[in-house]
Amino acid sequence: MSVTGEKLQPTLFERSSPGRGGGKIPHPPKDALDRLPDDARRATPPALPEMNEPDVVRHYVNLSQLNHAVDTGFYPLGSCTMKFNPKLNEWAARLPGFADLHPMAPDEVAQGTLQLLWELEAALAEISGMRAVTLQPAAGAQGELTGILMIRAYHRERGDTDRDEVLVPDSSHGTNPATASMAGFKTITIPSAADGGVDLDAFKAALGPRSAAVMITNPSTLGLFESRIGELLDAVHEAGALAYMDGANLNAILGRFRPGQAGFDVMHFNVHKTFSTPHGGGGPGAGPVGVGELLLPYLPTPRVLRLDDGTFRLERPDERPTSIGRLRSFVGNTGVLVRAYAYIRAHGGSGLREVSDDAVLAANYLKSRLAGTFDLPYDRPCKHEFVASGASLKAKTGVRTLDVAKRLIDHGFHPPTIYFPLIVEEGMLIEPTETESVETLDAFADALIEIAAEAERDPEMVTSAPHTAPVKRLDEATAARQPNLRWRPMAGAEMPCPD
Amino acid sequence: MPYGPHTPADRERMLSALGLDSVDDLFADIPVDLRASALDLPPPEPELELSARLREMASRNRTDLVSFLGAGVYRHWTPPAVDQLLLRGEWYTAYTPYQPEVSQGTLQSIYEYESLIAELVDMDVVSASHYDGAAATAEAALMTCRATRRDRVLVSRGVHPQYRQTLHTYMRNLELEEIPLVAEGEAAGTTDLDALARMLGEEDRPVAGVIAANPDFLGLLEPMSRIGELTHAAGALFVAVIEPVSLAVLTPPGAYGADIAAGEGQPLGIAPQYGGPYLGILASTDALVRQIPGRLVGMTTDLDGKRAFVMTLRAREQDIRRDKAASNICTNQALLALAASIYLATIGPHGLRDVAANGAARATELETGLAAIGVERVHPGPYLNEFAIRVADARTVHRRLIERGFLAGLVLADAEPDDPTLADGLLLATTELTTSGDIARFVAALQEVLSGRPPVGVETGAGAERAANPVGATR
Amino acid sequence: MSAPTDLRYTRDHEWVRVDGGEATVGITQYAADQLGDIVFVELPDEGRDLEEAKAFGVVESVKAVSDLFAPLTGTVTSTNDALAANPELVNSDPYGDGWMIKIRLSDTSEMDDLLDGPAYDDLVAAG
Repeated sequence: MSVTGEKLQPTLFERSSPGRGGGKIPHPPKDALDRLPDDARRATPPALPEMNEPDVVRHYVNLSQLNHAVDTGFYPLGSCTMKFNPKLNEWAARLPGFADLHPMAPDEVAQGTLQLLWELEAALAEISGMRAVTLQPAAGAQGELTGILMIRAYHRERGDTDRDEVLVPDSSHGTNPATASMAGFKTITIPSAADGGVDLDAFKAALGPRSAAVMITNPSTLGLFESRIGELLDAVHEAGALAYMDGANLNAILGRFRPGQAGFDVMHFNVHKTFSTPHGGGGPGAGPVGVGELLLPYLPTPRVLRLDDGTFRLERPDERPTSIGRLRSFVGNTGVLVRAYAYIRAHGGSGLREVSDDAVLAANYLKSRLAGTFDLPYDRPCKHEFVASGASLKAKTGVRTLDVAKRLIDHGFHPPTIYFPLIVEEGMLIEPTETESVETLDAFADALIEIAAEAERDPEMVTSAPHTAPVKRLDEATAARQPNLRWRPMAGAEMPCPD
Repeated sequence: MPYGPHTPADRERMLSALGLDSVDDLFADIPVDLRASALDLPPPEPELELSARLREMASRNRTDLVSFLGAGVYRHWTPPAVDQLLLRGEWYTAYTPYQPEVSQGTLQSIYEYESLIAELVDMDVVSASHYDGAAATAEAALMTCRATRRDRVLVSRGVHPQYRQTLHTYMRNLELEEIPLVAEGEAAGTTDLDALARMLGEEDRPVAGVIAANPDFLGLLEPMSRIGELTHAAGALFVAVIEPVSLAVLTPPGAYGADIAAGEGQPLGIAPQYGGPYLGILASTDALVRQIPGRLVGMTTDLDGKRAFVMTLRAREQDIRRDKAASNICTNQALLALAASIYLATIGPHGLRDVAANGAARATELETGLAAIGVERVHPGPYLNEFAIRVADARTVHRRLIERGFLAGLVLADAEPDDPTLADGLLLATTELTTSGDIARFVAALQEVLSGRPPVGVETGAGAERAANPVGATR
Repeated sequence: MSAPTDLRYTRDHEWVRVDGGEATVGITQYAADQLGDIVFVELPDEGRDLEEAKAFGVVESVKAVSDLFAPLTGTVTSTNDALAANPELVNSDPYGDGWMIKIRLSDTSEMDDLLDGPAYDDLVAAG
């Protein structure tokens, strides 16, 4: 079983009973709120559930057991890098010195954290070959926006206001064009070449005086290293544009390829992918951004500075007048960054390179096990992930990749990413990561092979999967046509607070 | 490598299955001239050493100070049950619930979060969260532009300065103007309604949205209903920036006509952590559901008719809409939304009210204590649990108080350098964690500092012995 | 399954039924099948002017979204209100109850740009 429990739970609201629970907070004086004007005060208390702690605990323990997670089993989601999340990092982030520090506390009382952030910036700069790093963006997508806004500022300052286009390959992650739009650019999508890489000629034809930037993921979202990257970067710079690298796939190239060194002007990191910070069911993450010399003046403020006497402080706004400003409040997702720092220091340079070596080896091994069962559209070594296709299976049996994915659940595995990137028909993007044993890889391959065979002899079992999960396939059409996005208020909402 | 499972035999097995001698063969497609040299990083640190060094670094942060610092991030008592439950690996190490059949835990918890916040803000649609209050406010501003097809947004200077800075970044291609605050009199420190009416009245420059906060950055209560009326009369949408704990006792945005509510969920049991990760709350009326960015979880049924939860209205999101998406947001703060939900479930509605009321009671004590030594509030208007005081040479006073073991709130000249009425201002906040003893000692210390007496023989706050070893001197 | 021969089609899979100077517009069965379960249709307001080949609305399914392109230039005279509550009509009856908008045409010569039934079938077959 990929999930450890089966018990669906009532909602908090259904477990609530008026008068139950509470007792955690001392009673305030009766007149505490008397000085507030009547028209400022809430007429009825919010109808939040009233539960005692044992029920709260049971609710959340049982609910958690309905989740598949890295801590319960294999989670080969391509492009997500579901590696093990070290528990040391959780301990570190919870040290009261880190956890209790207020973000607007003066620099002099925040020296421990400021040092950690400064060292992390330096480490990420070294890993990426970039000149400097900002830790401010709260996620990869926010990192992308930061990078594209800096590129925009760069062109504007040079008076180059005609550049309103951003070029992306058709295999790009959806955040890339969405980011370009948010920053006010038009997205030009360039079809990929037959070998899965960028079509260099098509890019060159599209590059011109209107090009502000290209956004490239390398290795690509197909898990393939862009061998023509040098030529592409030259062409981009010749056209007067800048090159942004989406760093989602950094797990493939640690210690092997440094984007800044190779000529990228800016890139973002997904620390919740490459640097092991936990995904938490969809977040939080952090998306630091590294820049080369050209974009240095535009970095968001504030950055962390190290003084000659070895102390640290935050940059003042007047110290970087050309900054693009803030993308969010405060200095960044420091709690997440503490975990990334611990991960990097635990591995060191040699350990990080081993991470990529093992990630790439595991992916290629898994890919070789599936040859002959699923289509492998790109006949060359992959990096940390690879794309397989169920197109032939569908043609032969009518069973789709979606069905294969759902049947994998019955085998105790989380399905890989499906139908992304968009350019592969019936695609499955599989990323094992470096923290899975060979036994796990073999078991996963065996399961996929078994499902392919089952698709021929008993397709119904596959198309109606999953059978053993807590719920079966869901009615997503009704969920979208008649959205039910909140629990309706319960009876007893008017009950006043006991004094 | 500390967490890798592969023995040399394992690697050998995989390589020979591939017919390769070395893993380097798998990197042959990197052009030789672009290959990296060895990474110049410190050597790998074993867990024992690394943990000692991390502990030492953390100890150099002065979290022992008795704190009166709020300014958008507030310390509250988080029952240990929250973290104990949160730490379960099934919550922590799950991914976005793209396969709902094996993610019902996360999906139901997000639905419950949406429902809890909907109750608090009294609005119908709550997104599964954004990065923080600032990003949520910026997304709200963009929503008003999309929904009204207008370009101009007005934001009160009562909104947190960092939120306003964030708005300026996001609104770069659109028009953002700041509404001034009233400078003096009863309404000092709150949004200048006459100025707002004038700005809304410019017919050739129609406004998409008006943004105001309650309580505002200076802790004051704003006339939100009135702001809403003026906004709607001009055909614009009203965005309320809220603080969730205060909503246990203050009128919620749904009740005073807000179209969108945005704010910072950190006070709901999330530690300050020097900036994040936090919880961006974003809510709207039903009419705006298709404009709201970010994930939404809804209730549905499975093939057997069992109740279940699923991400829905996904066609708004970046992976489907791509360059036409309303926002590029991919992540939500799922784990923090879960923490906030567990917090609310654990302390309950009466507990939340008590948190807010205790903070208010301590604030009254603080105001009274300060008045007794001749230190008055800057603004006369009503507040909940945070207010500004004025002391001569506030920055120096602040530093002297750190030496005595107190974090005397925020030096307002740093946050609002352009507002002369806030020069020499300190913004002080209290919560249920502030004790009467803390307040008494703080007032005594402040009196001492103001009178210029050195800190001898008087009760001080925490860590006063640290004053003898200022940071950096021992390195 | 061929497309109805009494209608005309665009390359973006919209169909048009013309009656005098007014045209009714929807999307084809093929388009609806490709999208899957339709969950929402975003239509322009009455009175809005449309230009041939420019986007006038959006159709959303559970997993996909597609712009709707005006087959002809004209002004919107009415929209199908039934789609708000029952977007699935586009899947079940795309040429009938699943109609989307009616336009008063400004240039009927644009009809020459549209495909007839067999030509549209060829387009679909070519993939």
